[in-house]
Amino acid sequence: MAAIEVRQVSKRFGTLQALADVDLEISEGEFFGLLGPNGAGKTTLISVLAGLARADQGSVRGMGHDVMLDYRGARRALGVVPQELVFDPFFTVRETLRIQSGYFGLRNNDSWIDEVMASLDLTGKADVNMRALSGGMKRRVLVAQALVHKPPVIVLDEPTAGVDVELRQGMWQFMQRLNRDGHTIVLTTHYLEEAESMCTRIAMLKHGRVVALDSAANLVRRLHSLHLRVSLRSGEWPAGLEAVKSGDAHVVRLRDYEDVEPVLAALREAGCRIEEMELQQPDLEDVFLEIMRRE
Amino acid sequence: MTGFPTLLYKEVLRFRKVAFQTVAAPVLTALLYLLIFGQVMDQHVRIYESVSYTTFLVPGLVMMSVLQNAFANTSSSLIQSKMTGNLVFILLPPISYLEFFSAYVLAAVTRGVVVGAGVLLVTVPFVDLPVREVHWVLVFAMAGGAILGALGLIAAILADKIDQVSAFQNFLIMPLTFLSGVFYSVHSLPAFWQGVSHFNPVFYMIDGFRHGFFGVSDVDPGMSFAVVAGCLVAVSVLALTLLKSGYKLRY
Repeated sequence: MAAIEVRQVSKRFGTLQALADVDLEISEGEFFGLLGPNGAGKTTLISVLAGLARADQGSVRGMGHDVMLDYRGARRALGVVPQELVFDPFFTVRETLRIQSGYFGLRNNDSWIDEVMASLDLTGKADVNMRALSGGMKRRVLVAQALVHKPPVIVLDEPTAGVDVELRQGMWQFMQRLNRDGHTIVLTTHYLEEAESMCTRIAMLKHGRVVALDSAANLVRRLHSLHLRVSLRSGEWPAGLEAVKSGDAHVVRLRDYEDVEPVLAALREAGCRIEEMELQQPDLEDVFLEIMRRE
Repeated sequence: MTGFPTLLYKEVLRFRKVAFQTVAAPVLTALLYLLIFGQVMDQHVRIYESVSYTTFLVPGLVMMSVLQNAFANTSSSLIQSKMTGNLVFILLPPISYLEFFSAYVLAAVTRGVVVGAGVLLVTVPFVDLPVREVHWVLVFAMAGGAILGALGLIAAILADKIDQVSAFQNFLIMPLTFLSGVFYSVHSLPAFWQGVSHFNPVFYMIDGFRHGFFGVSDVDPGMSFAVVAGCLVAVSVLALTLLKSGYKLRY
C-alpha cells in the first residue's frame, strides 16, 4: 500500500491553476521531498492531502484512506506541520499537546507527550504559555502537535523556514530518526542541499505540475552535464574540441565519465600538456535551476 | 465521536481562562442596568400586578446576558482562530462538522448560562423573585443560548475580518435583544410596534423565560417555545450546512 496516493488532482483558485493533473505515489518508509519555486503548488498539494483544501477533481489517499470519503481514517494517518507559525495564545505547551491528543480521541497520552517534548527539547517549556515562546520553540511545538497521535505519515511544509542553523540541523536529525523508526516523511523545503542528502525521492513542481520525479542521484545524472575544467601548460586548444573559455581554463561539457577519455586523447594528439584538471559534478541545485528554466 | 469532548473542553477552558472579561464584566454590566433602570423606573412603571418593575427587569437582564454572551463566545472564538490561523489545529484532526457545531454551541450555552446565573446571583438580593415554572426557565435559557451560539458561529464563518463580526453584533444582535422587551412589556408599546415586536424571535425567548419566573407573560409560553424551537432548527441547519460545505473554512 502506498503511504500517499495522488491521482489526477487539479485545483484552481480563480484564474490561477494551483494544481494541474498531479499524479504522485509515495511508498511507506520513504523520505520524500517536494521542491519547487514559491507558488508552484507545494502547499496547495499538502493542503489537499490534509483536507484543508478540496481538490476540484481527482482523488487523494493517505495510507489507503480517501481524504474526502474516509476523512477520519486519512487524518489519523497523517501528521501535518503547517508552514505558518500558528499557535493558540490561551494555552501552555502541555495543554496544547493534550488538547491536540484529545482531538484524535486520545486520552491519557501524557507519557507519549513527555517523550515527544523530550525529543524536541520542549520539556523545560511544558508549562509556559505559547505566547511566551520564541519562534523556534513555537515551531517545535507545531512539530510536536503533528506527532501526538503517532501518525505513520508525517507531512512538513517548510519545517526549517526561518529557523536558525542549530534548530534546522536538530530538526533534520529528528526527521531522520522518525524515518528510521518507520515513519514516512514528506516535506517541502528550499534547502536543496539538505533535500539532496536526505530524501530518497524528490518531486519538482512548477505551475502546479510535477515536472520531475526521481531519486536525487538519478535527477542529477539525468542532467548529463559533467563539467571537465582544463588548464593547459603548453600547446593550443584543438579547434575541433568544443569548450567554453573560463578565465585561463577551458570547460568541456560531458555526458558521462567515459567521455573524459576522448577529450584527453584529442589534447594529446594536439600536443597539449595539462597544467590542471578538475571534473565538476552538478548538484541538485543545478538540476533544479535547469529544470525550472527548461519547462 | 472522537474530538467532541475535547473541543468542548477547549472552548470552555478558553473563556474560563479570561473569566474576568467573559463572565465578571457582563455580570457587572447587567447589575448597572438594574441599578439605574430600577432606581429611575420602579415608582413609575408597573407591568404585571404584584410584580414591581425592578423584579420584572431581572429575568430580562438575565436572559439578555445569556444571549449576548452565547453569541460572543462562538463568534469571538472562531473569528480569532480564523484570523490567527490556529483553526488549522481543529481542521486537521478527524472532527466531523456535527461535532464541531455541537462543541462550539454547547460551550456558548455554557458561557451564557454561567453569566446568566452570575447576573441572577448578584441581582436577586435586590428583589423578591418567584420561580413559578422552572422548566420554562431552563428550556428558554438553553434554547436561546443555543440559537445565539449558532448565530455567532454563522457570523464568524461568514466574516473575513473581526470588525465584520462586531458589525453583526452591534447592528443585528444588540437591536434585537434591546427591542425584545428586556426593559418593558411589549403591551406598553403602540399597536404598530407591538406587531413589529412579534417578528423578533428574541422577544419570544425573553417572554418565555420570564414566564418561568412569574407564571404570566405577553404570549403563551407554548407558543413562544414553538417559535424558539423553529428558530433553533433554522439557524442550526444553516450553520451545519456552512460547516459541512467548508465555506470559508476549507478551500
